[in-house]
Amino acid sequence: MSSSTQQSCDGSPTAANSELLSSKEIDASCRFPVFVFFISAAIWFLVSSVLGLIVSIKLHSPNFLAGCEWLTYGRIRPAQLDAMVYGFAAQAAFGVTLWLFCRLGRTRLFAPGVLLLAAKLWNIGIAIGTAGILAGHSTGFEWLEYPRYASPILFVAYALIGIWAVLTFHARRQQQLFPTQWYLLAALFWFAWIYTAANMLLICAPVRGVVQICVTAWYASNLLNVWLSAIGVGVIFYFIPKLTNRPLHSYYLALFAFWGIALFGGWGFLNVNAPLPSWIPSLSAVLGTIMILPVICVALNVRGTMAGYKSAVPSPILNLIRFGAFSFVVAQLMNVVAVIRPLNEILAFTYFTSTQTHWLLLGFFASVMFGAIYYIAPLILNVDPPAAKKIRLHSMVLIAGVIIYGVALSIGGIVQGINLNNSQVAFIDVVKGTFPFLHASTIGSLLILIAGLMLLLNLLSLGCRAGCGCFKNSKKSEVRS
Amino acid sequence: MNYGPLIFLGIFFTMSLSWLGLVLGPNLQLGKQAPEQNEKTGALYPQTRSGLAQQGAQIYRENGCFYCHSQQVGPKGFSSDFERGWGERRTVAADYLFDQPVMAGSQRIGPDLANVGLRQLGDNFLLLHIYNSQITAPDGKKSNMPSYPYLFEKRKIGRAVSVDALKLPEKFASEPGYEIVPRQEARALVAYLRSLKANAPLFELPSLTPSTNVVEETTNAPAATDTNAAQPSATNSTPK
Repeated sequence: MSSSTQQSCDGSPTAANSELLSSKEIDASCRFPVFVFFISAAIWFLVSSVLGLIVSIKLHSPNFLAGCEWLTYGRIRPAQLDAMVYGFAAQAAFGVTLWLFCRLGRTRLFAPGVLLLAAKLWNIGIAIGTAGILAGHSTGFEWLEYPRYASPILFVAYALIGIWAVLTFHARRQQQLFPTQWYLLAALFWFAWIYTAANMLLICAPVRGVVQICVTAWYASNLLNVWLSAIGVGVIFYFIPKLTNRPLHSYYLALFAFWGIALFGGWGFLNVNAPLPSWIPSLSAVLGTIMILPVICVALNVRGTMAGYKSAVPSPILNLIRFGAFSFVVAQLMNVVAVIRPLNEILAFTYFTSTQTHWLLLGFFASVMFGAIYYIAPLILNVDPPAAKKIRLHSMVLIAGVIIYGVALSIGGIVQGINLNNSQVAFIDVVKGTFPFLHASTIGSLLILIAGLMLLLNLLSLGCRAGCGCFKNSKKSEVRS
Repeated sequence: MNYGPLIFLGIFFTMSLSWLGLVLGPNLQLGKQAPEQNEKTGALYPQTRSGLAQQGAQIYRENGCFYCHSQQVGPKGFSSDFERGWGERRTVAADYLFDQPVMAGSQRIGPDLANVGLRQLGDNFLLLHIYNSQITAPDGKKSNMPSYPYLFEKRKIGRAVSVDALKLPEKFASEPGYEIVPRQEARALVAYLRSLKANAPLFELPSLTPSTNVVEETTNAPAATDTNAAQPSATNSTPK
């Protein structure tokens, strides 16, 4: 057992396999759909970070772009977050999942045309949804704002992608499972379930009154702390051993973290004083706090795998993924801290809670996905990876942006909370106290926007090089014939 | 033996626990909640909002007001909600019974609005605040609330200033010869804000000492939107 559990990430093909596939063949089969998902993800990241910059400026300078109905704060804020989750994060996750299922299962991606169609549908859905929010058709439920005419498109697209990914998983020739596959497979099913359940209970046949608060909180925490976290952690557990060329420190810690996230991540992290019977926020807080256990497991496993690792040429991709793991711990600890009763009194309703999302989405998920994209994209396109200098510059811009924004608004949120709790401070002065932090966060937002631009440009240049390469090859063969 | 399906079921059950606890449980308890009759006054609580206020709730949703304004008040002694005058009691499930969607909010970039209808702010104040919150910010300090000029109409003054034109202070007055008149959307939004009153005495909150006018206030009567039909103010710039 121990030998199989410590297998290398590529899963060495066993003798039982009649036909052996080279990694190159596998990568080539993924080329079009995975690259399309990556490019679309990069575009939506850029869209979201442009909106994010506007949001950030508006918070301290409300006259910026004032009077434009489509760009009022209450519309671009959800458009920004939804574009980041469904536009960037989900599509990056689809691409990485499909590639990992092929690589770890030693199998080809079959019928990629269907995935191209699904990618098109998904992007149309996101575009319609985003336009819908900006036009004022938001449903009014946080994280589920896409109007009801956009959700069915997303649903169909997701069904196609999900079925294809599961079929690819099923067709694997390497039967031994690596922990990453657990995470990714569970995440695939989980999104389908939470998205359906939340849409049914909030939009198709809405539940009554405050039960909507419960369902929204349930959906949000499952979306961010179970679905995205499972994907991100799974990818971390693949890439850290891969890039350091060592076995994963502990298979059992990885599995324990998996069960922990599944069991404790989705409990809503409700406000202590939400207008609900008190058993609900209490249950949510108690079980949410236990989330600290899987987080410790993830941290220990990453540390253990990395222990004593030194490389003459530090890999910028490894840096991105390590920063992602660090941000995961930060984000989840912020979540846990904010539900502890005396701290909840201060932190609820402040920038601290919204910055938790920032750490999770950008610090954790985006860093991990950027690293993964930089690793995978050159392989599937069969071109040389971008210069390490380019990736390093990009990762530094992203990390600086995430830290400036995250630290400024985490501290800003605490100051805001302390002032809010002191009734001697007039509300307008509470607002005034947040301005320095909001100004600082705009710098972070700007850096994140630049990082988004760099990702898109780097991916496009990779794509161009691959295109030119194909062109040259075909010319060569023509000449030969 | 193939443990695949068993593990799959196990994972699914594990993940579903949060659904059982956070969705099914609350829905069993609260999903069939109905308005309650106050034993002393006989009034039903909550009551549906007036048509105009319901339209206003949709304007509130469309413009995402709830991304900055919460609508939930904690119990006395917890945080400073009471000291700030944001509520007379904590908010409970019944207060949201007829809201669709429920917009309780998660941020307090702006003040809580669960009881904004009790604050005697006046229609003109609310309209000015929505038109440009810098006008109504205390002591001329900077507010970071966006302005919503698109909920208002800027039109040429005809024979006389309209009765419902905004009474703008000189600093913010529109160009001479023009007046700012709230559109239907702005009126609806104000009606909604005025209908936000979570102060009815409830069985689960018996410690509350009801004020004398509770009955009147809990009816969520349509906010009188014509209260600003007062005389056209002299501050409004008129053509010279």
